[in-house]
Amino acid sequence: MQIKGRVALITGSASGMGRGTAEIMAQHGVKTVINDVNQGMVDEVVKGIKEAGGEVMGVVADITKKAEVEAMFKQVVNTYGRIDILVNNAGIFRDKAFLKMTEEDWDKVLEVDLKGVFLCSQEAVKYMREQGYGRIVNISSRAWLGGPGQANYSAAKAGVVALTRTLALELGKRGITVNCIPPGLIETPMWHSLPEEGKERLLKAQPMGRIGSPRDIARTVMFFASDEAGYINGQTLYVCGGKSLFANIG
Amino acid sequence: MGVQNRVALVTGSGSGLGETTVMMLAQNGAKVVVNDVDQAKVDKVVKKIKSAGGEALGVAADISKKDQVQDLVQKIVKQFGTVDILVNNAGIARDKGLLKITEEDWDIVLDVNLKGPFLLSQTVVPYMKERKFGRIVNISSRAYLGWPTQANYASSKGGLVSFSRTLALELAKHQITVNCIAPGLIQTPLYDALPDNIKENLMKSQPTKTIGKPEDIGYGVLFFADDEADYVTGQTIFICGGKSVLSSLSV
Ligand SMILES: NC(=O)c1ccc[n+]([C@@H]2O[C@H](COP(=O)([O-])OP(=O)(O)OC[C@H]3O[C@@H](n4cnc5c(N)ncnc54)[C@H](O)[C@@H]3O)[C@@H](O)[C@H]2O)c1
Ligand SMILES: NC(=O)c1ccc[n+]([C@@H]2O[C@H](COP(=O)([O-])OP(=O)(O)OC[C@H]3O[C@@H](n4cnc5c(N)ncnc54)[C@H](O)[C@@H]3O)[C@@H](O)[C@H]2O)c1
Repeated sequence: MQIKGRVALITGSASGMGRGTAEIMAQHGVKTVINDVNQGMVDEVVKGIKEAGGEVMGVVADITKKAEVEAMFKQVVNTYGRIDILVNNAGIFRDKAFLKMTEEDWDKVLEVDLKGVFLCSQEAVKYMREQGYGRIVNISSRAWLGGPGQANYSAAKAGVVALTRTLALELGKRGITVNCIPPGLIETPMWHSLPEEGKERLLKAQPMGRIGSPRDIARTVMFFASDEAGYINGQTLYVCGGKSLFANIG
Repeated sequence: MGVQNRVALVTGSGSGLGETTVMMLAQNGAKVVVNDVDQAKVDKVVKKIKSAGGEALGVAADISKKDQVQDLVQKIVKQFGTVDILVNNAGIARDKGLLKITEEDWDIVLDVNLKGPFLLSQTVVPYMKERKFGRIVNISSRAYLGWPTQANYASSKGGLVSFSRTLALELAKHQITVNCIAPGLIQTPLYDALPDNIKENLMKSQPTKTIGKPEDIGYGVLFFADDEADYVTGQTIFICGGKSVLSSLSV
């Protein structure tokens, strides 16, 4: 896989699968940029990657704020000279029954999960166009197919799929590919915070009887982000142990 | 890690995408089996792999015939002990408008493109179950979304997608994954032989304004066949430069 020496920014990479992806990319010689909203968490991940011998920088920025996003990419390009790979990973959820969902619950989730992807992609593409090269990988969710209690989250993540497909068509001729990964259940801090009986119920519904790990997402991100993947564009590839097959559009 | 020391069978690997894929698997350390109906093609590819230092067994067989499939798998098991990776790649086309398609045109395309993968999967899955490891990668086509003059071909390739999804669910508990690659326009001798104005039009309709290479498909096969690809199953990825996005069915 040819990815060594590329510059990759992973949003929301101080935790969970973003962190796992950044760490594994750094192991493969990618210059990685850790972004998150919390300075302490960013510093910790940066430190870990440096200690393991990786090349890395950290940028604290809220991806829902245009000015912060602009400044973030400027800082990356000032440091590394370019931006080859953008992984739109930062995301939040506020699960609630439909009638309990406040306007604020709706706005917050749509802002981080969808508008953040728009803002970061637009800024990254300004540089990628100049380079004639770019790889954008968006982390959606299997939940975009629909899930009770997830009206805001599923709508935002469906938007990510649609945004991926449109950008793929617009940017394909400029050497920029845009692809999407909807993860299924992945072992992250969120999973561990669930009550035991909830976990059991979820596990039973898995075709493989188990959940995935951040590593599963990381290797799929690298599949799309490598030099060799130039003819793979506009695709949505579930990493979900086959659970997407139970939905009729998966 | 990767496909190192895995036994990989690629059907129809005497030419085209299959040939490139089987060579890439061998380069990555798999013990490969080259299959085709055409013995001369098999011999040529086996020779290429061996002279590059790879390990290869060649078996000529028609994958649409049950006895030949059983014989093929027996030979592999005798030599390598099992089949870890099955790439159902062999495929043919008989493009014609609906009213011109003969019953024979229908049968032969369905037999090679769909029944072949059924027969092979049925024959190798018992070995995969026993070893609690298996990777099946089916080569469908973007044409499964529908294409004029391809009623038989598109049906066979659509069937292959449904077949992959069903098998994925049945085999998920056995650590066997089943995935599908739907190639779009790929530069093969067939494409090179087209008149220039047709090539130009095809290129214009590509979102990337490029045409794929057989290596693009091999790259996808290596991704799904990898030891570490154990949480990806039942999926269909188009390797088509983004052309699939213009169809509503392709998520
Ligand atoms: N964990 C799962 O099972 C799962 C399943 C499907 C999809 N996903 C998606 O995968 C992605 C990562 O999930 P995770 O489980 O690793 O989550 P996580 O909560 O562990 O990590 C997400 C990170 O994003 C950061 N973040 C939140 N808002 C931000 C903002 N405005 N700007 C910058 N950073 C921000 C958070 O601080 C956090 O560190 C998310 O998009 C999530 O929706 C996760
Ligand atoms: N080339 C493309 O642009 C393209 C696009 C989409 C899908 N595909 C699919 O990819 C696969 C490979 O295509 P290709 O272009 O490399 O074709 P190809 O004709 O170059 O190679 C196919 C090989 O399969 C062999 N074969 C045919 N019938 C067989 C049988 N019954 N048993 C064993 N072997 C048999 C042929 O002898 C040939 O060597 C096919 O399934 C095809 O439908 C190709």
